[in-house]
Amino acid sequence: MSRFTKNSSRNLFYGGSLFFFLVLIGLTFDTMGGLSKRDHRENITPQVAQGKRVWEDNNCVGCHTIMGEGAYFAPELGNVYQRRGPDFIKGWIQSQPTGIKGRRQMPQFHLTEEELDAIVAFLKWTNEINAAKWPPNVEG
Amino acid sequence: MNYSSQSVAKLYFIAAIGLFVGQILFGLILGTQYVIGDFLFPAIPFNVARMVHSNLLIVWLLFGFMGSAYFLVPEEAERELYSPLLAKILFWVFLVAGALTIVGYLSVPYATLTKITGNDLLPTMGREFLEQPTITKIGIVIVALGFLFNIGMTILKGRKTSISLVLLTGLVGLAVFFLFSFYNPENLVLDKYFWWWVVHLWVEGVWELILGAILAFILIKVTGVDREVIDKWLYVIIAMALVTGLIGTGHHYYWIGTPEYWQIWGSIFSALEPIPFFMMAVFAFNMVSRRRREHPNKVATLWALGTAIMSFLGAGVWGFLHTLAPVNYYTHGTQITAAHGHLAFYGAYVMIVLSMISYSMPLLRGKGICNGQKSQNLERWAFWLMAISMVFITLFLTGAGILQVWLQRVAVTPMSFMEVQDQISIFYWLRLIAGLIFLIGLLAYIKSFFVKNDDPVQA
Ligand code: HEM
Ligand code: HEM
Ligand SMILES: [Fe+2]
Repeated sequence: MSRFTKNSSRNLFYGGSLFFFLVLIGLTFDTMGGLSKRDHRENITPQVAQGKRVWEDNNCVGCHTIMGEGAYFAPELGNVYQRRGPDFIKGWIQSQPTGIKGRRQMPQFHLTEEELDAIVAFLKWTNEINAAKWPPNVEG
Repeated sequence: MNYSSQSVAKLYFIAAIGLFVGQILFGLILGTQYVIGDFLFPAIPFNVARMVHSNLLIVWLLFGFMGSAYFLVPEEAERELYSPLLAKILFWVFLVAGALTIVGYLSVPYATLTKITGNDLLPTMGREFLEQPTITKIGIVIVALGFLFNIGMTILKGRKTSISLVLLTGLVGLAVFFLFSFYNPENLVLDKYFWWWVVHLWVEGVWELILGAILAFILIKVTGVDREVIDKWLYVIIAMALVTGLIGTGHHYYWIGTPEYWQIWGSIFSALEPIPFFMMAVFAFNMVSRRRREHPNKVATLWALGTAIMSFLGAGVWGFLHTLAPVNYYTHGTQITAAHGHLAFYGAYVMIVLSMISYSMPLLRGKGICNGQKSQNLERWAFWLMAISMVFITLFLTGAGILQVWLQRVAVTPMSFMEVQDQISIFYWLRLIAGLIFLIGLLAYIKSFFVKNDDPVQA
């Protein structure tokens, strides 16, 4: 360790982090290049985009995960379109909260019919992203 | 305290501790809602309590980092802070902006908050940890710029040490990567990809520089070991942090629609991420055993050693546990993630801030270089209560997570999410109890600042 000076360790830091930052940038460019095949962005209609906004404006991610990211209080919704289907999703959102004593409660968001359709479109699009076969099964 | 302008740090530390208490109270609300689902509903829905809990965490850690910098930089630069006034103004701006944001979360539905803060103009809200109104985010950037200017000028005009340069690099990185929070495309995959440039590149990137610098500073102070040695360690540690952590970002790109080669890149590099944390632990113990003096602030040394161990456990061990793609396939987005998140944040970033407070507060409060014996004893109790209860929170969540994975994802006939949650509720009760003990530890910690008629430290 004595021959390994402070200068060499400083150079290791600058050189190493610069190098791997450039690798990250390179991989990011490559990812961006091939991404459209997996995210099927051609299907992001204005309605899907609106659905994402409804998702964000009501902070759904504060209780649910979407593609495994978010909060762990309530079910995964990245594949809920497949698990439950469009009508169930709309009906569910409209009928909240259940008010069942002691059970976890989801708020009433007073969404319009248009917003409900948008969120369904967004969840359908999300469900169809190629996520390397995740989740392991339909329960999410 | 060698420079009178260091005293601004005290304001920041007091605010940090106050917000920490708020964070924990909301953590307990969350923990209760996990077992009594309708607790405080509809007044405080889970998502609201969660935003308050996680945002208070981030904000108080930022107060802690800024306070640490205001204490550390003048001392390292050997001159007064460039502008103590600016530091005070920014403190109040940040505190008021933070308080208003929390009040906003608690007083109106989130959808109303997005509307009245004009989220439609530049939509950035409604994403995990980045729930703050866009205007709050802009405020954070302005505060960060003013802060960086202030400590940057102090360093520029004074002695430039490795520690202050590393700290500054980390803080600049923190501000730069936060800018990605303004990028919120319609495409969820892209949104997620760059969301991690804030979250991962913070905690497993630039924040490690801040952590390393503060730890090195405290170790120099309490051990008297030669700066050359400390600096060398510091650079190697942060080199390893970025060499592994930058590409390690790939452990979040397994299942979000990104190319599958990330499973290889992410697994390999993130599996190496424990190395810098391990080195930090070796470093801290090594320096303390080679100490050239017995610093009477024993409890500050305890905090520093504790940080090194607990960050290795939380980030290193619990991170490694679920970072390989074949494992993460099953654990992704479960209570395992929550277990790791808690121990890593606590062990690394909470504890380093509390270490710095422990070292500097006696000086800032004019009590000499350490608190008296009774106060240190109480603080030591607080240290152990919080550390042990946090380990138990982690263990209970890990238990919950293993069962969750098994019942919901591995079993031949998988159960639904909500059915599984019922099955594992015993772990959530136990976590809540551990959380209450954590709160007791925190209250003891606060009490340790108010010990009267203290005895001198025993040798
Ligand atoms: C009384 C102690 C605490 C309790 C009962 C508690 C409880 C919780 C709960 C229930 C959640 C939400 C999990 C979910 O999304 O379903 C959460 C999230 C979180 N808490 Fe705590 N918490 C406590 C202390 C802390 C402390 C001390 C820290 C920081 C060191 C912390 C950091 C976090 C973080 C980072 C998250 C987000 C986790 C993630 O996204 O994986 N909590 N907490
Ligand atoms: C002090 C440093 C660290 C902190 C504060 C931290 C914190 C966190 C938090 C809060 C999350 C949850 C994010 C979310 O809400 O989705 C997370 C996820 C994750 N962390 Fe860390 N982490 C640290 C270091 C590490 C290290 C060193 C590793 C690997 C060795 C690691 C591996 C992971 C993995 C694989 C996930 C994703 C979990 C999932 O798929 O759900 N972390 N971390
Ligand atoms: Fe990460």
